[in-house]
Amino acid sequence: MALLELKDESAGYNGKEILRGLTLSIEPGERIALIGESGAGKSTLLRLFYERLGPKAALMPQDSALVQALTVFHNVYMGRLHQRSVWRNLRNLVLPARDDVEEVREILIPLRLEDKIFSGVGQLSGGQYQRTALARALFHTGDTIVADEPVSSVDEHQAREILKTMNAQKQTVILAMHDRALAIEFADRLIGVKAGQIVMDQESAGMTPGDLDNLYLNGVE
Amino acid sequence: MIARREPSPLARTTTGFLFVAMVCWIFADIAISTADPWREFGLLLKGIVTPDFYSTNSLGLALAYTLAFALLGVALANIFGFGLALIFHSRTVRVGCAFIRSIHELFWALIFLQMFGLSPLTGVLAIAIPYAGIIAKVYAEILEEADQRPLSAIPVGAGRASTFLFVRLPDAWAHFRNYSMYRLECGLRSSAVLGFIGLPTLGFHLETAFKEGYYSEVSALLILFYLVIATMRIWMKKPLLPVYLVAAAAILPWGVAFSWSNVSRFFTVDIVPYPLRVGGDGSIAAFGDWLVMMLFDQAWPGMVATFQLTMIALVATGFLTLIFFPLISPLLLGRAARTGGHTFLVIVRSTPEYILAFVLLNLWGPSMLPAIVALSLHNAAIIGHLIGRYTETVQLRLDAVKGANRYFYEVLPRVYRPMLALLFYRWEVILRETAILGILGIATLGFYVDSAFADLRFDRALLLILITAMLNICVDTISRSIRSRLRLQTTLEQR
Repeated sequence: MALLELKDESAGYNGKEILRGLTLSIEPGERIALIGESGAGKSTLLRLFYERLGPKAALMPQDSALVQALTVFHNVYMGRLHQRSVWRNLRNLVLPARDDVEEVREILIPLRLEDKIFSGVGQLSGGQYQRTALARALFHTGDTIVADEPVSSVDEHQAREILKTMNAQKQTVILAMHDRALAIEFADRLIGVKAGQIVMDQESAGMTPGDLDNLYLNGVE
Repeated sequence: MIARREPSPLARTTTGFLFVAMVCWIFADIAISTADPWREFGLLLKGIVTPDFYSTNSLGLALAYTLAFALLGVALANIFGFGLALIFHSRTVRVGCAFIRSIHELFWALIFLQMFGLSPLTGVLAIAIPYAGIIAKVYAEILEEADQRPLSAIPVGAGRASTFLFVRLPDAWAHFRNYSMYRLECGLRSSAVLGFIGLPTLGFHLETAFKEGYYSEVSALLILFYLVIATMRIWMKKPLLPVYLVAAAAILPWGVAFSWSNVSRFFTVDIVPYPLRVGGDGSIAAFGDWLVMMLFDQAWPGMVATFQLTMIALVATGFLTLIFFPLISPLLLGRAARTGGHTFLVIVRSTPEYILAFVLLNLWGPSMLPAIVALSLHNAAIIGHLIGRYTETVQLRLDAVKGANRYFYEVLPRVYRPMLALLFYRWEVILRETAILGILGIATLGFYVDSAFADLRFDRALLLILITAMLNICVDTISRSIRSRLRLQTTLEQR
């Protein structure tokens, strides 16, 4: 059964319609990258997916959106805020419980953040910061991850590491990316967005970055 | 022909306020009436440089009480203020908070004095209630300005409480802590001043010592007070807070009894306007006469004097700020001179304006002058400090001019806007302080309130306090609309 189906729908925000005539379906286990110029509507489409998926999906927002005043542990723990009682959450805010710390630590080890678990996120480097945002999404128990430019501010080596981890740990992956080469390498289905419409939806196998040029060049169809 | 340039809204507002203040100044009583003010001043100076810490053995206790009232009052205000901040979107709560904070803590104290007598409740509540109103507003603003982006990453289905705890609270927490420290400093000043109306804090001893001319004792009391405030960041540590609060609650003389019948009498009998209390035929007509008498004989002259003094003090504060801020500005002075400037500003702003006015009043005799000088010195020291700190962030180009040219061409144009923002922000504060200085004998609203309390006419006192509160709320509203029209903003650190 499809994870998500859209039939001639539209999407927007603040009451402004940005995308029209959306028809597509997403199956569990797919690795999808949304590509297109900035402002084309990728983030809006991503938000629509996330809203439809509900608690089944974890979100990695564009600017990482960590809470500056809290530690790595607290930011990652937030991935399961909805599954715990308020009292447990309050308790963990003041004095983290041992089993929750252990669970978070297990997520952090492969991301090489174990020693930073009780550091404030304000002290992290750019890569560590983005990996913490990933850890939060991985800690979320949903099978799907929806990520908006998850590797925009890290070097290529770290970008590959993050994308590989994502693919390994979540069943379904939906990304918005501006790096065409990485999109082709890590996604098996590419959805091209241009001027408020889906203009391309195909498998990535065999494609080269050059094939995607017309998504980016103005006026060239 | 070149068209004449329209004056900017900023210049127009400035001119308007200058004009109003000048008119107020013409009608103000600013005479020095004491026979030999300078002789007394000489004695005071001599006392200031020869502090006597052993003149009274109750000094330590007075200091302890001052701290205790401030700590308990501010702690309670924090708890209630935080709770109210969470429901600040409700109009009722917003109006209620505006109302309780528009009544000065000394007025609250005068009210509670009638209900609870000299019980510690009087002092604690007098600080806690108006401060809760202020804190609620500031905390609500802090929460509103907290980083909202992490909200998007919260899993769907997380409860409101959990979301609040993890996303909005952590960012706001550091601001809450800073602001509480500032409030505690204010609380210490308020607590000291509560002594002037009879509570056993520093102000009580200060008034006695002053009246009897023991200036060395005055000096010792003030020095202790400055030390407590100056070292606050050292002794106020989070783990010690519970210890302080328990100690504060323990030392206050809770044994001072008060009767609930007094409290209920106050609400059901004392504050009911006299003609209505007496009742009988024609009580409504008598109430009308009473109201007219109150409005024309007391409220109106009190309001005129309060407004007059406020406007003069506001503009004088502006002028003094222009002189004070360069004292600590790295753009204009060297390091050594700035250290002196900092010390001066700390002392002037730590001295409660009420005490400054009290001292000057004793030197110069009753007129508006002591109040004008006290209010403008105190407020200019506060704004001057903030503006001086602001200039630390200003980068001048390397070849910028020096000296007076630098002040007028590079610095003043940059600080003028933030300075006006702060001035308008403090306008309402100055008004509240002006009203309260009436207790010292200057014929502002506080004078009539104090006289009514002295005559045990609580119905009159309460009516006048309500009128004072309305005046405050009016000025606050006008100030806010001016600030938004001129796009003058204050940052969180400056509230």
